Amino acid sequence: MRPTTSLLLGAVLAVYFAIMPLRVSAEPRSGGVINVVVQPEPPGLMLGLTQNGPTQMVAGNIYESLLRYDENLSPIQNLATSWDVSADGRVYTFTLKEDVRWHDGEAFTAHDVVFTVDTFLRETHPRLRVSLEHVERVEALGDHRVRFTLKQPFGPFLGIFEVGTMPMVPRHIYEGTEFRSNPANDTPIGTGPFKFKEWVKGSHIHLVRNDDYHVDGLPYLDEIYWHVIPDSSARAIAYETGKVDVLPGGSIETFDVERLRDLPNTKVTKKGWEYFAPHAFLWINNRTSPLSDPRFRRAIMYAMDRGFARDVVWNGFGTVAAGPVSSKTKFHSTDVRHYPYDPDKAKALLGEMGYDGRPIRLLPLPYGEAWQRWAEAVRQNLNEVGIQVELQATDVAGWNQRLNEWDFDLAFTYLYQFGDPALGVARTYVSSNIAKGSPWNNVAGYANSKVDELFARAAIAFPEENRQALYDELQQTVVEEVPVAWLLELEFPTIYRSNINDLVTTAIGLNDGFVDAWIED
Amino acid sequence: MHRLHFLGIRLIKAVLVLFAIVVLNFFLIRAAPGDPAMVLAGEAGAADEIFIAQLRERFGLDRPVHEQLFFYVRQVASLDLGFSYRQQAPVLTLILERLPATLLLTLAAFLISMALGVLLGVLSARRVGTWADSLITLVALIFYATPLFWLALMAIILFSVQLEWLPAFGMRSISQDLTGLAYVADVASHLVLPALTLGLFFMAVYARLTRASMLEVAGMDFVKTARAKGLSPGRVTRDHVLRNALLPVVTLAGIQAGHLVGGAVLTETVFAWPGIGRLMFEALLQRDYNLLLGVFVVASAMVLLFNIITDLAYTFIDPRIEAG
Repeated sequence: MRPTTSLLLGAVLAVYFAIMPLRVSAEPRSGGVINVVVQPEPPGLMLGLTQNGPTQMVAGNIYESLLRYDENLSPIQNLATSWDVSADGRVYTFTLKEDVRWHDGEAFTAHDVVFTVDTFLRETHPRLRVSLEHVERVEALGDHRVRFTLKQPFGPFLGIFEVGTMPMVPRHIYEGTEFRSNPANDTPIGTGPFKFKEWVKGSHIHLVRNDDYHVDGLPYLDEIYWHVIPDSSARAIAYETGKVDVLPGGSIETFDVERLRDLPNTKVTKKGWEYFAPHAFLWINNRTSPLSDPRFRRAIMYAMDRGFARDVVWNGFGTVAAGPVSSKTKFHSTDVRHYPYDPDKAKALLGEMGYDGRPIRLLPLPYGEAWQRWAEAVRQNLNEVGIQVELQATDVAGWNQRLNEWDFDLAFTYLYQFGDPALGVARTYVSSNIAKGSPWNNVAGYANSKVDELFARAAIAFPEENRQALYDELQQTVVEEVPVAWLLELEFPTIYRSNINDLVTTAIGLNDGFVDAWIED
Repeated sequence: MHRLHFLGIRLIKAVLVLFAIVVLNFFLIRAAPGDPAMVLAGEAGAADEIFIAQLRERFGLDRPVHEQLFFYVRQVASLDLGFSYRQQAPVLTLILERLPATLLLTLAAFLISMALGVLLGVLSARRVGTWADSLITLVALIFYATPLFWLALMAIILFSVQLEWLPAFGMRSISQDLTGLAYVADVASHLVLPALTLGLFFMAVYARLTRASMLEVAGMDFVKTARAKGLSPGRVTRDHVLRNALLPVVTLAGIQAGHLVGGAVLTETVFAWPGIGRLMFEALLQRDYNLLLGVFVVASAMVLLFNIITDLAYTFIDPRIEAG
């Protein structure tokens, strides 16, 4: 063989072997078992009744909604194959997929949708109830079409068909029953890719493949085991020793992420949180001096080294938050006042207002080590500009109580934004939401009639282009007044084995279930 | 007859004490900030007044406290421990579900600690002042002083991560359908680390207690008399020293046995052992009043029961102690 021919052949073989793995990985295969961590143990798996994080993460495999959302928050079909919006933005008509069956074999129809939205979730789902205030009526047009008529256009309406917000509930099981005590809650029935098999409390939850799933060939996996492991170090070790294959975002301390990321056969993704866009900030009690003075609140913003917190406390995960709307949420604006780390400016503002050095109380979020360290970093930052801070530790119930009763000066928190300022941001700032009794209210006590009006107008403006200008103005105003101190757009990395593919494919990641996931040989 | 009378009196006293414990715990739990409705609402990621009012009404938390207490005591008197707010299941069912795991762990730890502890204590006392005594004392001190969670994590790192000998968490390999001996072996392999971790602390306590007690008894006149009578050293140790030295050990064993049902919060948490200790800890964080009170009631009843058994055991070990 001539040298040139050998070289050519070698090059061809090299290219062939280089692309071989890609070709193999591009072909999904059926079968396999995945072991995942869930923490804390969910209180129940009936997603219509319980919408906390762990419930949704497991039950997102059992239940479904009409739509899913890609990472840009654009709707994609699921139980609904198409949808029309009327010219005035008030009527939404969904065409449902045919031949969809509940896990017990009954057909899923438009009547299930009407029952779910109008009867079941109106009673049980506090977050959805706020959006449903905009809905005048829901009607079934035959078995496979549903019409929602709104009282007025509601900008984020097409964004509320995510499974945690609007899980479909079987009418034939729940109609006419006491929802919360229905025995069927223990053996949840949905239309999702996996069926409930077993729950050994304190140990594990076992889901198995739904062979009658409405998408041919899906899901690929045979079984999923969700392991309840209460200690975060033990969760990290469970991954390290191969007992679990997936650590969902937030299930281990951030300082363990780097170590696990370097393990062989391991991938890390930050995707799958775009819809929630967890936004961390400090509640500031606007009612009391010196916190009632905007100059003091601005001084806090300048005093905090948020880049340090991201790099050290969160091991580089996260983005410094510019204001109330996350960069992942619709209508985010960058045209706002910026608050870089500038202790001198903070001191100048405190001097200008004549701050008397009165100490202030700071409640850390009792969610683990990272939050505790973050609180210590903030205390140190504030001490450096002359603000004395007393950290007051609580457990979760105590933290809730203090927030509910407005008994704090500063308090760490983070909230989901649900893709749209009208769904996840307005509640923190509008004065109509100032009320004791819930940590999801406007706990800061911030009241600005201009902000109230902008939020109200932006929510119902139509078409969507008209909303941007209103939200731009709103963000400028709010960032100027600093009713809360924005910290970071949090990122919760999901850690998993490299041979697992298509684990995170939508804007809610693992909460949308393991419908597309498959294991490579 | 004396013993029966003693037993009757103790049982009546135990019921009164149990009642006092229920009432005290009822108020103690409610003194902590926050309530289950708040915690559940907090977990839901959103809450409005309707939702919180719904929860309070469902849990009966909207009624006056004295009514809630009356209702709860009446319920407990009819052996009904109520309904868990968060777990959405009867409390008794939840406790009984977790009981086998807890008993397996705590009994294994109890046996390890008793057997090893008394053995090491006797060895140490018989060889007092030698290198063996010093070594045993040192080991006992180390296990006594080491925080349990640290010991647990180190055991996991060594035996599960580095050596890969033993599983790191859980009670069994759940994705394998094992039966018979294979199942027993699987559970046993999961049990080794948590039982040893929990047992080593108590082992240290037993060893120190047995040693001190034996040395104290060994110096007493009746032991000297036994030796003077020409009894063999082994018989003196076994029949005269050890038997008398066991009283404080039995007291401690009684206390430990009383806590068998209460589980071991730290060990169960680190090893993800599905027992009652974890259930109790989670109930506390979630302000799951009924579940927490239920675990307290069962655990207190066991402590009282084992106290009575311990008192009875005294009368058998030392006939000089009269029942009652």
